[in-house]
Amino acid sequence: MNPSDQKRLFRELIFYRRFEDRTYEAYMERKVGGFLHLYSGQEAVATGVLEKARCGHDYVITGYRDHVHAMKAGASPKEVMAELYGKETGSSKGRGGSMHIFDPTVNFMGGYALVGQPFPLAAGLAMGAKMKGTDQIAICFLGDGANNQGTFHETLNMASLWNLPVLFVCENNLYAIGTVIHRSTVVQDQYKRVSGYGIESSQHDGQDIDVVMEAAEKAIDHVRSGKGPYFIEFMTYRYRGHSMSDSKSYRSKEEEAEWINRDPILIYGNRLKEAGILSEKEIKKMETAIDEEIENEIIKFAEESPEPKVEDLSKYVLDDNPDPRWIGPLQS
Amino acid sequence: MSEITIAEALNQALNHEMAIDENVVVMGEDVGVNGGVFRITKGLQERYGAERVMDTPLSETMISGMSIGMAAQGLKPVAEFQFMGFIYPGFDQIISHASRLRNRTRGRLTCPVVYRAPYGSGIHAPEHHSESTEALFAHIPGLRVVIPSSPARAYGLLLASIRDPDPVVFLEPKRLYRMMKQDVPDNGEALPLDQCFVLREGKDVTLVTWGAMIHETRQAAETLEAEGIEAEVIDVATIKPLDIETILKSVQKTGRCVVIHEAARTCGVGAEIVAQISEKGLMDLLAPMQRVTGYDTIMPYNKLEKHYMPSVGRILLAVKTVMEYV
Ligand SMILES: Cc1ncc(C[n+]2csc(CCOP(=O)(O)OP(=O)(O)O)c2C)c(N)n1
Ligand SMILES: [Mg+2]
Repeated sequence: MNPSDQKRLFRELIFYRRFEDRTYEAYMERKVGGFLHLYSGQEAVATGVLEKARCGHDYVITGYRDHVHAMKAGASPKEVMAELYGKETGSSKGRGGSMHIFDPTVNFMGGYALVGQPFPLAAGLAMGAKMKGTDQIAICFLGDGANNQGTFHETLNMASLWNLPVLFVCENNLYAIGTVIHRSTVVQDQYKRVSGYGIESSQHDGQDIDVVMEAAEKAIDHVRSGKGPYFIEFMTYRYRGHSMSDSKSYRSKEEEAEWINRDPILIYGNRLKEAGILSEKEIKKMETAIDEEIENEIIKFAEESPEPKVEDLSKYVLDDNPDPRWIGPLQS
Repeated sequence: MSEITIAEALNQALNHEMAIDENVVVMGEDVGVNGGVFRITKGLQERYGAERVMDTPLSETMISGMSIGMAAQGLKPVAEFQFMGFIYPGFDQIISHASRLRNRTRGRLTCPVVYRAPYGSGIHAPEHHSESTEALFAHIPGLRVVIPSSPARAYGLLLASIRDPDPVVFLEPKRLYRMMKQDVPDNGEALPLDQCFVLREGKDVTLVTWGAMIHETRQAAETLEAEGIEAEVIDVATIKPLDIETILKSVQKTGRCVVIHEAARTCGVGAEIVAQISEKGLMDLLAPMQRVTGYDTIMPYNKLEKHYMPSVGRILLAVKTVMEYV
């Protein structure tokens, strides 16, 4: 990777961290509602994997911790923020919020609130690509907890049986809400769980984006070249609580500190500094520019965008011209 | 005596029943160590141990299905789903097996499971986090569907549901979890599972509702009172089996009826209530009945939520329609 790409990538990591931090503030100001799950700490996984995918071409699907996946896949940060604000200009017209970002224009096939449900959908996307004879692949990001759902096992079997072009990316952050992995899962190395389905798999450090990219490149080559599904596991950590109402009482400060020492931005930043590609001064400048972009463009856009129209509440259910007879009158 | 919320009343009921009946077990995601995402099972694992208060992996099919196998042997599982929308992955086991165990064994076995879930909107989250699909369950023969709407009814109805030999889908209006407080003595007294509750008597119009909509309906009744209209407010509470007698008695008196629910309109439980009133009480009616409901759309996010939910204004409008009919 050349230095300018490395700098770009580093900037992306910082951008995603700051985006999530700012989202947190907006939530505290009650501009963002419902539930909010932030990706801070895990940035290197989605950023690194999708750096090696063909975004806009390949299908990407994930759970509810989805802002970064959507943006890296090509969704506009402004539209993602507007969605969080529940505005008409949002990527789901302000109707879905944080957990349901969707941007089919770049083949970002959604965030999903229901844990484990994207697995079959990803296999279906891969099946579609295969039947149409394109070289697209489907990339399905999900957490460690999701692998205890039946959909995981049913999907693995069929994806393998039918040799589907699907890459499963497991973001193992050791917790499903407040349940630590060893209390819920017998085989904690997730990549070992798929061997019974004849699917190739591997496990890697998810905090070092160079490691992520190298592993992802191989896995994506495997899938795209027609060798069938691949399952890749990244060990990572979410810094914040599961959602904003979580006090993190189930884990120790020491454990958190250990992971923060292995921060993806820190690791990559140090590497670029040691290689003389970036200086501390440049990093500071970068951070300032990012904060300005987030504030003056992204937040501004979200703040100034219109609210969805109440008359449109019943839209997008069956067709774009709903029959008022069965939608019923809209009064408030 | 200190006053408690619905959330605390549910915890009190679980605690009471676990103390007196060792067959009662609690299972679900994060119910043990963390005491549940809404803290309904708080402190239970400490008191009754991890064998009776089980943190399950993330697997609703197993939560709903295993409960049935356990219940078939006389255990009384109280299974928690973190949100009503998360029952769906476990739906199959409930409708295909829990509801049919009694029938399939021709009464030799029953299925004393309680499936609990936070229900309804009011927290600005879209879709699965705000579902009110009680009609799906009410449609299934062999299930009871219960929705409390006050701390006292939460306590009494949960006790009754645990003691009931058949499967109960117990839906907890999460908007009300901490909205109101009441004195609820921990006396182990259950409330009947086949009865509506008349919350307010009136002679002019019958307002039938349940769950969090009790809140808006009562406000509407107060406004009407100021206008000289006496509304009778009925909390259905047990959606299935439906206590139509209490509703019919009220309609006999008032001649006018409005049914209010948060769930989408088409094939909602309101349709069933209105149908039964027309079958059995049509001649008592002085005006066509009205329904005030959610729309036939998916629960939207954040600020749009309030437009989806029946408002006091919409209830008053419907009452006006039935009152002015000649
Ligand atoms: C079907 C379903 N059950 C339960 C939940 C509640 N829930 C939301 S996230 C979560 C934990 C998921 O853990 P994991 O898959 O490891 O993802 P992470 O949050 O760690 O990224 C749970 C239990 C849900 N959203 N959907
Ligand atoms: Mg996890």
